Amino acid sequence: MSASGSIGGTARREPHAPEATIGRKADYLHAESTLRSWFLTTDHKRIALLYLASITGFFVIGALAAGVVRLALIVPNGAIMANDTYNKAFTIHGVVMVWFFLIPSIPATFGNFLIPLMIGAKDLAFPKLNLTSWYVFMAGALFTLVSVVLGGVDTGWTFYAPLSTAFSNTWVLPALIGVTIVGFSPILTGLNFVVTIHTMRAPGMTWFKLPIFVWAHYATSLIFLLATPVITTALILLIMERAFHIGVFDPAYGGDPVLFQHLFWFYSHPAVYIMVLPGMGVISEIVPAFAQKKLFGYRFVAYASIGLASVTFFVWGHHMFVNGQSDLASLVFSALSFAVAVPSAVKVYNWTATIHKGALRLDTPMLYAMGYIGLFVLGGLTGLYLATLAINQHIHATYFVVAHFHYIMVGGTVLAFLGGLHFWWPKFTGRMYSEPWGRVSALLIFLGFNVTFFPQFILGYLGMPRRYATYPAEFQLLNVLSSAGATILAAGYLFPMLYLVYSLWFGRKAPANPWNAKGLEWETSSPPPTHNFLSPPEVPRIPYDYPIQAQESRDQHG
Amino acid sequence: MTPSHDPLQLWPAAVSATATETDLLILAFTVLTLLLTVPVFVAITYFAVRYREGSEANRSPSGIRSNLIEISWMLIPFLLTLIFFVWGARLYVHSKNPPPDAMVVEAIGRQWMWKFQHPTGQSEINNLHLPIGQPIRLHIISQDVIHALYLPAVRLQVAALPDRYTDLWFKADKVGTYHLYCSEYCGTDHSVMGGEVTFMNPGDYQDWLTHAGAQQGKVAAGRALYEAYGCAGCHEPGSAVKAPSLAGLYGSQVKLADGRTVTADEGWLREKILNPNGDRLAGGGKQMMPSFAGRIPADELTTLIDFLKSYASPAAGKAADATPAGATR
Ligand code: HEM
Ligand SMILES: [Cu+2]
Repeated sequence: MSASGSIGGTARREPHAPEATIGRKADYLHAESTLRSWFLTTDHKRIALLYLASITGFFVIGALAAGVVRLALIVPNGAIMANDTYNKAFTIHGVVMVWFFLIPSIPATFGNFLIPLMIGAKDLAFPKLNLTSWYVFMAGALFTLVSVVLGGVDTGWTFYAPLSTAFSNTWVLPALIGVTIVGFSPILTGLNFVVTIHTMRAPGMTWFKLPIFVWAHYATSLIFLLATPVITTALILLIMERAFHIGVFDPAYGGDPVLFQHLFWFYSHPAVYIMVLPGMGVISEIVPAFAQKKLFGYRFVAYASIGLASVTFFVWGHHMFVNGQSDLASLVFSALSFAVAVPSAVKVYNWTATIHKGALRLDTPMLYAMGYIGLFVLGGLTGLYLATLAINQHIHATYFVVAHFHYIMVGGTVLAFLGGLHFWWPKFTGRMYSEPWGRVSALLIFLGFNVTFFPQFILGYLGMPRRYATYPAEFQLLNVLSSAGATILAAGYLFPMLYLVYSLWFGRKAPANPWNAKGLEWETSSPPPTHNFLSPPEVPRIPYDYPIQAQESRDQHG
Repeated sequence: MTPSHDPLQLWPAAVSATATETDLLILAFTVLTLLLTVPVFVAITYFAVRYREGSEANRSPSGIRSNLIEISWMLIPFLLTLIFFVWGARLYVHSKNPPPDAMVVEAIGRQWMWKFQHPTGQSEINNLHLPIGQPIRLHIISQDVIHALYLPAVRLQVAALPDRYTDLWFKADKVGTYHLYCSEYCGTDHSVMGGEVTFMNPGDYQDWLTHAGAQQGKVAAGRALYEAYGCAGCHEPGSAVKAPSLAGLYGSQVKLADGRTVTADEGWLREKILNPNGDRLAGGGKQMMPSFAGRIPADELTTLIDFLKSYASPAAGKAADATPAGATR
């Protein structure tokens, strides 16, 4: 009872930390301003911004390709463009979105910027390696885009052999080489994060005081380190196969095309968690801050991150239930897939329990977090449908899958990304964004997203296969609905790009801690000085030291 | 008969017991999904209103032991979903083990068509005619890339692999015509690699085998080749490349660039397909047609030419495709 009076009051959110205390000269954005100082920087915060700018660019390219795809699907008979053009459009959409946006998105931008701040360190363990990984990323991505300029690729982002090795007459090699190069970047980033988290925590920052965001990135980094080499190997083999017909995947030369699928999904299923875990980390920071309450079940959520990262290595076979895999293998992969669902579910219930009895404020980051929970739950549960063997035999490779992975990936990553972007924008830039525009965009995206992708669950169950440039006329209504939704969604994506950029010059100056949030990153000025903290930060007694504490914190720490 | 074109169809047709049970499974699963998620959505919305900053609400700790909650909300949904794992697995295993008396139909996938061969030897392309009440086993392989044969009406699909056989079996018990698709992305014309599966009474099926089945081989199959090899892409009215229409060509007089006039007979058609640069047409534009020598097997060339022989007009050519069973030529 005692809590209600003082916590519920409106005056509560006066920032308790001092206003930006450092001079403009000292903050990392203005310390130096030459181009050289940006492109040769070793400051993790500047590198984070380099990534932010590049992945935003790639997102725009990916979104334009999505627009082409949705435009083509307005008419059933493909009258708007040739099948070939359609195939190239969805291939580049998939390649760019997965490899150049989703995988680097949260780790390379927020992870880079925030991990040192959150653990009270001056920088990452290997600053030069960090810059190198950005150059590797850019080099690979631009290499792939060259293939688009030359005329495009039509293999799909999955590059299945022998279509990609022997049958496609498009620019497969540059695309493959680019993607292979890009793969080295997260290996370097993951290594950097793991070493940093192990060795550079401020005195007193024990493992169980780390924010969930850091736990999630620790788990993600393990996947980066263990899984990425596998896809790199697979892609190199694919390149060799295409160039020299060495007979690994192409049956015409004695190879096995299903082998490629195993190697591919051994990476690409864990990659789903590369996309999802960092998003969960972001949401686990936003929800407590906007409820002013300790994260419910902190330890369970931390363990669940590591648990998810581990089990995710054992479910790749659920992508191949209908590919001639043995029945026993299918049964095992199906059962294990059900087991992954559990730690995922835990998180959703934990966030809900965190809101319970909090003092909630529905600002933009929180709206994104709530939208995230909705989409993620739907995406996750439809994943269980796909993991159910008999259902999979019907909806595999249909629009049901397209809907499912967009709910997971756009819901799970893009909404978390946008939520996090608004949450930490003041910290990144020292400026506040426009709250009304933020809320409008969050709602537009949620609405547009559902209108775009919910009809696709139905389309899939009705039997519309994915990657179809043309389709039977009876599917047109739902497809037109979906394309209309995509237009709303596109507007929702466009607004933040405009008002965030606007805020860089005209936004209100941000205080050090506009949300009254906990976590060391809020202890320093906005934007932070080049070396993050002017004096060593004081590590709190417990993680998420918010005014409203759950019973649990007494159970575990009292 | 063609598949339903109802624009507001919200549930696919089911023609086998397995299909019906799959539907039941997904419906039951959806009920569980709703049970697990609706409370979360309602709770979030309710909390968002009730515990808004500034609202008067009791925020004192509830004193529930959280470990117990954590474990129960992990375990209970998991155990509940396991029911569906077992149910789905049972159905799957059933669908993987065809009865020994199943009728075996061979299926070959290749860029971009399906070829089916009935046990009695008749073959058809892209369309498939099958009897009801009898277990059918499709024995599938691919000639090039990975494809997948997908029959939504029986809720089944399986990959067509270039290096080994896969099987798909079912027993339909409703007559009707339904879609048949390729569901594994296989290149340019992936989305047109498919046709229709027609389930018939066993008597009608026998009838079809003896009469229409043979017709089918000549006309509709030829039409399918005509499309699969890309002839239609250039020669049909409305295509970007203004190649001459082939409708009504057979038997007509053709003027050549060297001044001769020849009859477009079987031999000439064959020569033109294999060696398009010879016998240039009078008034023709730039020679763009590729040679099909070595690309098209002899038996298919025959089928294709048979189709051209019967191809009176574009509309009639399409009709042959749409009514394979009753084609009266
Ligand atoms: C404007 C929003 C978007 C629309 C309208 C859209 C539309 C589509 C469509 C229609 C497909 C299906 C292609 C097919 O199977 O024929 C597709 C595939 C895909 N989308 Fe999106 N998408 C959108 C946003 C995104 C985002 C934000 C991501 C990831 C960040 C993403 C990732 C993918 C991937 C990985 C594929 C698979 C490509 C493939 O099948 O090879 N999409 N998208
Ligand atoms: Cu195919």
